[in-house]
Amino acid sequence: MDKFHSLKGIAAPLPIVNIDTDMIIPKQFLKTIKRTGLGVSLFYEMRYDNDGNLIKDFVLNTSPFDQSKILVAGDNFGCGSSREHAPWSLKDFGIRSVISTSFADIFYNNCFQNGILPIVVSPENLDQLMTAAKNQIEFTIDLPEQIIKAGNHSINFEIEEFRKERLLQGLDDIGITLGYQDKINAYEEDKKNKKPWLFKDN
Amino acid sequence: MSNQGPKTLFDKIWSEHLVGQREDGTNLLYIDRHLVHEVTSPQAFEGLKLSNRPVHRPEATIAVADHNVPTVNRQNIEDPQSKIQVETLAKNTKEHGIQYFDLMDQRQGIVHIIGPEQGITQPGMTIVCGDSHTSTHGAFGALAFGIGTSEVEHVLATQTIVQNPAKNMRISVNGELPFGVNSKDLILYIIGKIGTAGGTGHVIEYAGSSIMGLSMEGRMTICNMSIEAGARAGLISPDQTTFNYIKGRPYAPGTEHWDQAVEYWSSLPSDNDANYDHEIVIDSSEIDPMVTWGTSPEDVVSVKGTVPNPSSAKTENKKKSIERSLEYMGLKPGTKITDIKLDKIFIGSCTNGRIEDLRKVASIVKDKKIASHVQAMIVPGSGLVKKQAEEEGIDKILKDAGFEWREAGCSMCLGMNPDQLKPGERCASTSNRNFEGRQGRGGRTHLMSPELAAASAITGNISDIRDFT
Repeated sequence: MDKFHSLKGIAAPLPIVNIDTDMIIPKQFLKTIKRTGLGVSLFYEMRYDNDGNLIKDFVLNTSPFDQSKILVAGDNFGCGSSREHAPWSLKDFGIRSVISTSFADIFYNNCFQNGILPIVVSPENLDQLMTAAKNQIEFTIDLPEQIIKAGNHSINFEIEEFRKERLLQGLDDIGITLGYQDKINAYEEDKKNKKPWLFKDN
Repeated sequence: MSNQGPKTLFDKIWSEHLVGQREDGTNLLYIDRHLVHEVTSPQAFEGLKLSNRPVHRPEATIAVADHNVPTVNRQNIEDPQSKIQVETLAKNTKEHGIQYFDLMDQRQGIVHIIGPEQGITQPGMTIVCGDSHTSTHGAFGALAFGIGTSEVEHVLATQTIVQNPAKNMRISVNGELPFGVNSKDLILYIIGKIGTAGGTGHVIEYAGSSIMGLSMEGRMTICNMSIEAGARAGLISPDQTTFNYIKGRPYAPGTEHWDQAVEYWSSLPSDNDANYDHEIVIDSSEIDPMVTWGTSPEDVVSVKGTVPNPSSAKTENKKKSIERSLEYMGLKPGTKITDIKLDKIFIGSCTNGRIEDLRKVASIVKDKKIASHVQAMIVPGSGLVKKQAEEEGIDKILKDAGFEWREAGCSMCLGMNPDQLKPGERCASTSNRNFEGRQGRGGRTHLMSPELAAASAITGNISDIRDFT
């Protein structure tokens, strides 16, 4: 997995609440069997008209926001389905961090599997950052220090330690868990005796 | 969460499945059953291949294609990408020795319908699937939640998942349900009350006499939409209704283990003095048949109500959000809900595609005709639901009324297959999401119960089942 240490650049403002995974990547793009190539379809219905032409005033279609690595969005970002295509499309577009007041659980988790840092801030801080983003002020996100800087604003954020470490080191989660194979096998042996109906061969 | 003292249903399942703690402080939770479908699994199998890892316990996984499948002429999937995705699932499951119900198998259907139907879903289990509506299985007192594709790969490779415990929330609904009000109205009402982020970080346990009085089908509808309230999972205590439903199903415990399993299942309900981080109590007499007017499942109103006015919103954000929804939905503030004219009716999905739902619809539309300006389709949740309905003559009643009778699949719930709304079309839908574009670009979705959708099909407007004779 890609590492995440720090990030510097313009942030795209998207002041809409409850941005769901269908808005992030509509269903017709879920038919792929790859993880890449989805960036062009990110926010498809907001970015393109019925004929497939770019909608000029949508933020990610305007310069310099079309190069944004950071997204500042309204409350409850990523609600809806479990599709990992949502963070895949964000990442493929170039977004490596999303800032909001809250995230849906599955989306939040999926971000960390893909080297994307979702950051939760207070509603007051979100308002400040939204304004800074609109004014094209450069953001700096420093993961080791857990701080967002934008103009005069300097905002600390919380992140669980294990998630931080995984992002900083780009660790392979499955590889780590396979190190506990003996424990998993022992668990199964124990349950085969105690709850045999769970191990009936299908 | 301590190991001592009174425990909730969630606490009990959690501690029973804890394999251990990793050095990074995270918990490894054992997964009893893994359900796999064609959309969220190909990249997981590819990941295994690239790192040369086997599937840890293939017999704990069951696969089926549902999202992409056409509901007519399914022998030939015309969309080449959909076809590749379905074929990829067949190939991957074969390669790893995973049981797969193919499109011609009568057991094929929506993954969350067939799990319970086959007896795969059982109390006290941990169940995951790369699909947010996995919460459905919580109706059996199983801890069931949706996961991303990276986690699908993790479960395939290790039969565990990395998780930290959720918080406990209990929503109790008490009293006899008023006439015309059922499980779909109940869950829509709850989502309206707590909001789409109201359950974030929590597992919601539904309790109280209204909930425990529901059939398994009704309980599944409730748990199914837990994710629409932002919850990780929904749970309902297993009881005799649960055991009766499971007994004798193909994957249920056989006679040799039945008593032992029931004894264990009976120990699962939350202890009387268990502690919840959050509690909500609802009196069922306050609930009406509910309908959504906007583009989020929290945008609900009584069928007797009106479309809200943005100016009544408490915050500027909420006002903007209502304005945006109304523009998308093509609705004016103050419009009576029952004055909203419909183009399409969709009955089906993992929320309301079970036999009980079909029976209710049939009882309402029997000897009647759908309005001339609407197109109505009904899509059974599985091949076996379809078969059962046909044996009961339900298909005949529905077809006589003017409904299209389809093959099993996710169909118009998410429009990944040919069943989609056209821009501007307005649909009464028994599914779970009314997001912008969900049922087709520009499509307008009103979520409601099968009873309301059936009545609305006949009148052509959104209708109150209580006025319908």
